[in-house]
Amino acid sequence: MGKVTRMKSVCEGSDGRSSSERVDTLLEVRDLRTYFYVREGELRAVDGLWYTVKKGEFVALVGESACGKSVSALSIMRLIPYPPGIIVGGEIIFAGKDLLKLSEEEMRSIRGNRIAMVFQEPMTSLNPVLTVGRQIAESLELHRGLGRQSALEEAVKLLKQVDIPAAERRVNDYPYQFSGGMQQRIMVAMALSCSPALLIADEPTTSVDVTVQAQLMEMVNNLRAEFGTAVVLITHNLGVVARFADHVNVMYAGRMVESGPTEVIYTQPRHPYTGGLIASVPRLDLPRDRSLHVIPGLPPDLCRLPRNICAFAARCRFVSKKCTEERPELEQVGAKHYVACFRHDEMEMLMGCET
Amino acid sequence: MRDVNSDSYLVAVRDLVKYFPVYAGVMRRKVADIKAVDKVSFGVRAGETLGLVGESGCGKTTLGRCVLRLYDVTDGKVYFKGQDITSLEGGQLRQIRRDMQLIFQDPYASLDPRMSVGDIIGEPLVVHHLVKGKEYKEQVKELMRMVELEPRMSPRYPHEFSGGQRQRIGIARALATRPKFIVCDEPVSELDVSIQAQIIKLLTKLKEELGLTYLFIAHDLSVVRYISDRVAVMYLGKIVEITDGDELYSNPLHPYTQALLSAVPIPSPEVDRQRTRIILTGDVPSPLFPPAGCRFHTRCRLAEAICRESEPELKDVGSEHWVACHLV
Repeated sequence: MGKVTRMKSVCEGSDGRSSSERVDTLLEVRDLRTYFYVREGELRAVDGLWYTVKKGEFVALVGESACGKSVSALSIMRLIPYPPGIIVGGEIIFAGKDLLKLSEEEMRSIRGNRIAMVFQEPMTSLNPVLTVGRQIAESLELHRGLGRQSALEEAVKLLKQVDIPAAERRVNDYPYQFSGGMQQRIMVAMALSCSPALLIADEPTTSVDVTVQAQLMEMVNNLRAEFGTAVVLITHNLGVVARFADHVNVMYAGRMVESGPTEVIYTQPRHPYTGGLIASVPRLDLPRDRSLHVIPGLPPDLCRLPRNICAFAARCRFVSKKCTEERPELEQVGAKHYVACFRHDEMEMLMGCET
Repeated sequence: MRDVNSDSYLVAVRDLVKYFPVYAGVMRRKVADIKAVDKVSFGVRAGETLGLVGESGCGKTTLGRCVLRLYDVTDGKVYFKGQDITSLEGGQLRQIRRDMQLIFQDPYASLDPRMSVGDIIGEPLVVHHLVKGKEYKEQVKELMRMVELEPRMSPRYPHEFSGGQRQRIGIARALATRPKFIVCDEPVSELDVSIQAQIIKLLTKLKEELGLTYLFIAHDLSVVRYISDRVAVMYLGKIVEITDGDELYSNPLHPYTQALLSAVPIPSPEVDRQRTRIILTGDVPSPLFPPAGCRFHTRCRLAEAICRESEPELKDVGSEHWVACHLV
């Protein structure tokens, strides 16, 4: 193992992009609705989701378990298992085309090629009976038309790019012969093999240690800069988001509750859920006697949630009468900053009073 | 920490070693040892929370279980209230176990799916003959109230509860025997952020109300530092640094601690993007064949010749700050 330690200072120039926003838009999710039909009834996992991703942008999709963040990603990939799941409405515009209108064959030429995905559990997403070289080469042969030998050579290059030592030898190893962090790096190599325009990473670091997490995220971020790939990072780790994301989308109960540039979301959150979430994480840099904010209660049952109220109302400190009578829609409150809350105007004052 | 005076600590561990033998071949001969915990010494004072952090496979869970005598130690001593418990057996061991309990990581796997929640919580009371007759129900209700669960939910089964609620059930069960010392093994790492904060608050509250002492094991440094008075950092079966929570953040001395701290992103873009990051390369070496000398030298950015040759001792560098590094 190398003793070399790479010291990296922070290098994030987030908003230096051209103003021609339309041309820059890579992905546009419009009013996406994905429902599951289960024994308990209709489960609205994603219920009217809107967001956009620009070329080369690093977008974080934040929320707790079962808020619909993974389902929204699988919807983009058109990998929702049917039955019980079905995309009942909305549009997913990727590079000018609505993915929901494509045939399965057309979709296959996009999946793994233009849009790639890294899943949470590397051990269950890699095929245990194929060598990692074979698995990486597969998509190269399929999408880039490489021959068997040249695809394997390309796979070695990719493994080197994700810092797998002795790549020439290890390309013939099976997944179980790698550690969890290495497996996840192999997943990243595979995802980037066809230089996709969009990489969706679904909780890529949840099952790995912090030092491995740091390695992995640093690597994804560097490769993003190199290939100009846009990244949608699905996570509940607010630290990772703060470190890498340009833009943050916060989801709750299948809908977007707040969306804005990273700095704005962390310093001036306008939705009580966002504010509560940020304040409920212990922070290394703050004194230990700071009291943690606690969001009371549990996330709602998506089968029973009424449609015409704010889904967060039951747990909200600032709930008003209107919140239980109507559902708030996303409203623009600043540059690229959107919030779905009736009381967003007062939020700064309300949250200020609390602390 | 050679001079751990077992009297001044509620729990003290001296030169604790735990090896797991590896058998192979037709004759199932022992071929190697997994050196999960290798000569570790520390103490936990009454009423304090000692945090134990480290990456997966560093031996932190094994250490926690050795302290509770859930594993028999290979070598070394564990003291509870000054008494050597390493070789206790039978009734004496059961007696001591009342005072020491464990909260598990996985609230899904650690509760028997075929027992009602009331029975799960009350089982320790029965096992240790702590209650009679009607008292049992009262005690279970009381325990449920303590962890903020509705007592009327006691006939229900674990699958009807969410992750956070299950963790509360696990805590109530651990509290049933009125222990003095609890090992919390990653109690919040499987939970969502908002639920995690609820459980951390609950653990803190219970500690104050009941005068508990915790050994808090976790891999999340921010959580460990938040809840602990002192923090011990483990790497490959060894404690490399012990100090109080604030000092650990402001003045980490071991290169591993420094790397670990810098790897933890701070949920504030302004603060985090100003920090220097030390990215560790490679993976943790196998505990079957740990590197000679300092175990961290294969990944250390400062390693020198001496680090490859001799193993550093844990030494006090002033004001209760212990480090095992040749270069400090």
